[in-house]
Amino acid sequence: MERILAKYERKLIDQGLCDPGGILFGAIDAAVTWNRFPPETEVLERIIQRMETAAILLARPAEPYASILDLLAASAASSGAIHPEDCEMRTFIHDIPVAPDLSVEEVLPRLKRRKAVIIPNRGILAHGTVTAEQAFVYYSSVCFSTFVKFFVDVGYAALRGKALSNEEVRVLHTALARYRDFTNAISAIPSRVGPFRDLSDALEAMVEAGRLTVETRMVDSYFGNISYRLGDTILISQTGSSLDELAGLIDICPMDGSSTAALTASSELPAHRAVYESRRVSAILHGHPKFCVIMSMICGAEDCAHRGACHVKCDQRRFIRDIPIVPGEVGGGPTGLYRTLPRVMSGRGAIVWGHGLFTTGTADFREAFNHCIDIERMCISEYERLVSRVR
Amino acid sequence: MKGWTGRILSIDLSQESSVTLNPQPDCYASCIGGRGMAGYFLRPRAAASWDSPDMPLLFFTGPLVGTPAPTSGRMTIMSRSPLTGTACDTSVGGRFGTELKRAGFDGIVITGTAARPVGIVIKDSHVEIVDASSLRGARVSEVIRRAGDKAAIAAIGSAADAGCLFASIAVDGHFFSGRGGLGLVMAGKNLRFITVRGSGRVDIHDHEELARAREEILRLVAASPILSGEFGFSEFGTGALYDLTGARRLMPTDNFTKTVFERAADMNAWHYKKKYESKKRGCYGCSILCKKVGREGETMPEFETMSHFSALLGNDTIETVIAANRICNETGMDTISAAVTLACYAEIEGVTLTPADILRLLEDIAASRGEGEILKLGARRYADYRGRPQAAMTVKDLELPAYDPRGAYGMALAYAVATRGGCHLRSYPIAHEILRKPVATDRFEFAGKARIVAITEDIHAAADCLTACRFVFFAATLEEYAHAFQAVTGTETTAQDLIRVGERTVYRERVMNAMNGFTAKDDDLPDRFFTQPGSSGGGIDIPPINRAAFLEARRAYYLIRGLDENGMPTESKTRELGIDRERA
Repeated sequence: MERILAKYERKLIDQGLCDPGGILFGAIDAAVTWNRFPPETEVLERIIQRMETAAILLARPAEPYASILDLLAASAASSGAIHPEDCEMRTFIHDIPVAPDLSVEEVLPRLKRRKAVIIPNRGILAHGTVTAEQAFVYYSSVCFSTFVKFFVDVGYAALRGKALSNEEVRVLHTALARYRDFTNAISAIPSRVGPFRDLSDALEAMVEAGRLTVETRMVDSYFGNISYRLGDTILISQTGSSLDELAGLIDICPMDGSSTAALTASSELPAHRAVYESRRVSAILHGHPKFCVIMSMICGAEDCAHRGACHVKCDQRRFIRDIPIVPGEVGGGPTGLYRTLPRVMSGRGAIVWGHGLFTTGTADFREAFNHCIDIERMCISEYERLVSRVR
Repeated sequence: MKGWTGRILSIDLSQESSVTLNPQPDCYASCIGGRGMAGYFLRPRAAASWDSPDMPLLFFTGPLVGTPAPTSGRMTIMSRSPLTGTACDTSVGGRFGTELKRAGFDGIVITGTAARPVGIVIKDSHVEIVDASSLRGARVSEVIRRAGDKAAIAAIGSAADAGCLFASIAVDGHFFSGRGGLGLVMAGKNLRFITVRGSGRVDIHDHEELARAREEILRLVAASPILSGEFGFSEFGTGALYDLTGARRLMPTDNFTKTVFERAADMNAWHYKKKYESKKRGCYGCSILCKKVGREGETMPEFETMSHFSALLGNDTIETVIAANRICNETGMDTISAAVTLACYAEIEGVTLTPADILRLLEDIAASRGEGEILKLGARRYADYRGRPQAAMTVKDLELPAYDPRGAYGMALAYAVATRGGCHLRSYPIAHEILRKPVATDRFEFAGKARIVAITEDIHAAADCLTACRFVFFAATLEEYAHAFQAVTGTETTAQDLIRVGERTVYRERVMNAMNGFTAKDDDLPDRFFTQPGSSGGGIDIPPINRAAFLEARRAYYLIRGLDENGMPTESKTRELGIDRERA
C-alpha cells in the first residue's frame, strides 16, 4: 500500500498538480494506510468510516490550479457545485460539489454523491471506490476540468465584453503566462525514426512517445491514447492506461477483427481504425492539450440552436487557423467521434470539441508529437489574442 | 409509491391459492427489490430443505424494471440451492420481469407443492393455476410452444424432472437462471412454467430527471470498449472474453490442470459470428444487446459455455459446443456445472471425451440414465462417489466458471467467499484484473483485494436489487444509477446509500448460509490451485497460489465484511445492518 501511495504522490508532483509535502493520501484494505499524519487525517478517518471506499486523497493543488479552484468555488456558492462541460467531466464525473469547509458534516453527503469535492482554500478531496489510482485520476480530472472551465469562461467574457474581477484578471495573466512559458520551453521530441517494420521497434516507439506526451503535459492522468499501424494490425494503448506507463499495455488488433483479444483496447480504437483506413498515415497521437480543448469550446455563434449540445450537434465548419474542430463523443456510440473525426484528418490534426487533439505521422511519432506541441502553442497564441484586451 | 407497485403475489401451490402481500415501506427502503427483497422473503425459511413445501421459490423485480432506466429489464430468481445448500439467487434477463411489473407485482413468492404438474398463468391481477401434466419430461422449447401464448415465460425442462441438481430455469427461451439448480426447486413444487402478461405502466416520479440519468448512463456505455467497442459484448457477446482469457493464460483447460488451450484461436467468438451469422438480441430495454442468436434462431453460447465446452474438455469443434449448448438449454441444465462435471468425469476416467461422448453424456444426465444417474448430482458428489474428491473443481459444491484463479488472485478470493459458491459474478474481479475497469489492478497480487472484493460484491448486490445488468457497470457506476433510482422513486439516494443496501443483501445471505452450517472451511478453493502451477509462457508466469497469502486476504475480507474469524456473522454487524429486525 505504501508503494502505491508513493507512486501516485510522485505523479501528482511530477505532473505539476501538487506541490511536495501537501498531499494526504490514504489507502484502505483491512486497515487504513496513510502517507503522512497531519491533523486533517482525523477528519478523513471519520469520513471513510462512514463510506465504502478504498482510497481517499486530500491536497491543495499547485498554482495556478489552486487559485482557479477558489475563484470557481466562490462563483458556485449559490448552486453548490461546479459544472464544467469538457468531455472528461461530462462523461465520467458530471459535476463537482463544493463543500464550505473540511468537516464530516459538510463533506460526507457530497462525497457520497460524487467522486470528488472541492473545499475552498483547502483543495480537492477525491476518493476511489476500488483503488488509490481512481482517487488520483479524479483529482487530476478536477484540476484539468476546472482549468479548462476557468479559461473558457474568461474567453467568453472577453468575447462578450464582460468585465472580470481583479483576481480573475490576475489569475488569467499569471496562469496563461506560466503555461505559455512551460509549453514554449518544450524541446523534447521522440527519438525513434520510422517507418517501423518490427513489432518491438513499434512498441518501443509508442512507449517513448506516450511518456513524452505526459512529460510535456499534453495529457492528464490516464486519458489520451496512441496507436501505430503495423501491416495488417493496429497497435494501440489499452483502455485506462497511463501514456507514461505503456510497456506491456499495448494491444495488437488485427485489421480484419479476427481476434477479440484487443477487447481492452482504447475506447478510441474505432476512430483510429477509421483514420488508418482513410489516410496514408502510420501513427496517431491523441492528447488533451489544454488550450486546444479550451479554444474548441469557445464559439462566437451566440444564437446557435445547438448551444449546450455542441459536443454532439455542432454542424458548423469550425477551425482554429488550419485545424478543424468537430463534435463527437468518446467511443463507438451513435454520436461517437469515429464518425466525425476521420473525414477531417487530412492536415496536421483535428480537435474534438471539449475533448482533445488528434495528430498523425506518416512514418513515426516525431511528426505527430511535433504537430501536437505546435498546435497547442498556436491555440495558446489564439487565446492570448482573444483575451488581449482583458485587463 | 413510484417505481414499485407495492404488491407481492404470494402463491401456495399446495392449496392452489394466491393472495397479494403489501410489504411495509421500510422493507422497500432496506431491500429495494430483486435480490434484496428475495433474500428478505427467503431468510425466515432458509433452513428448510430445498424440496420442503415451506421453501419459497422467489421471482423479484426492482424499482427500475419497466422504466426507461438502461439495462433494467431483469429480475432475480432465488431459493435454497439443491446443489450447494446455500441461499442461491440468479439474475436473469428476458421480458419476464418487465411483464410482471406491468401486471402490477414487484415479485412472486411461491410456496407449497402442487399435487399434479401445474403451470401458473398471470394476466395482470388475474392468477390461474393450470394443469401441466402433459408437460412432464418435456423439453424447454416444447413447454414454451404449448404454454407461451406470447406471454413472458419461465419454464423448466426434462433435466429438472430427472432430478438434475444443476437444472436451470429458462426465461423466454434464450435467458437462463442457470446456477445452483433452481430449476429443480421448481420441479420439486411440481411447477412446470409460469407465464405473465401485464398491461399496466410503472409510475415514475420525474421523467425529465430519469431522461438525464439515462443519458449519463448511455454516454458511458457508448464510451466503453468492453460493451460498445468493435470487439465488445455488443458485437460478439460475452464470447468476446474468450481470446482475452486465452491471451492472459487463465483459460481453464483439461479440468483446470492447464491454463492455456492450444486450439483456442480457432474457437473464438469471431469464428462463431462468421459461421452462424449471429445477430444481436438483448433483454427488454437494453441497448448493449449482448445476447447472440444464430441465423437459424439458435442461442449462441455465452463465454463460459464456449470456454468450458472447448478448453476444459479438450474439444476443438465449434459444432460440438453449439450442440452441447443446445442440449443444456433444451433440457434445462446449467452449462457451467454440466461442463465441469464432465471434465471431472474425464479426469477420473483418464480419457479425453470425444464430441459424441460429450453429447451422449449430457443427454444421459438430462434423462438420469446410465452414468448420468450420478453425473446429474454435479462434480463434487460424482468425485466423492468415485473416491477422487480432489478432481472436483468446485467451491461450496458449485462448479467453477471459466477463469482460472491462478491467473487472477482477486478472482481466487471472490470464488472462495461468494455466498452462492464458486461464482464469478458476485464480485467479478475480472473487471479490474483483466478488463481494466474501473481501473486496472495487479492480478497476481492479493494486497488490497479483500476490500475490493467486499466493495464490488456490495455494488453488484445493489445492482441486483435495482435490478440492473452488472455488465453495465463496466461503464457506469452506482452514482449514475442512484440518479436513475431517485428519478424513478423520488427517494433521495446516493451511490453510498445503494452500496449499503448491497452490503445488507450480501450479509443477509451470509446469515442464511450460517444457519445452514457454512463456515470458513467452505470459503476455500480446491487444493489444486495451491499445489499445481498453471501454464506459464509468453512472459507470463502462472505459479500455484500462495496459500498463506490467500488465507491472509480471506482474513482481511472477514474483518472488512464484519464476520468473525470463522467467517460467521456477528450479532453487532447483524444489528448494525438492521437484519435482526427484519420480519418477512
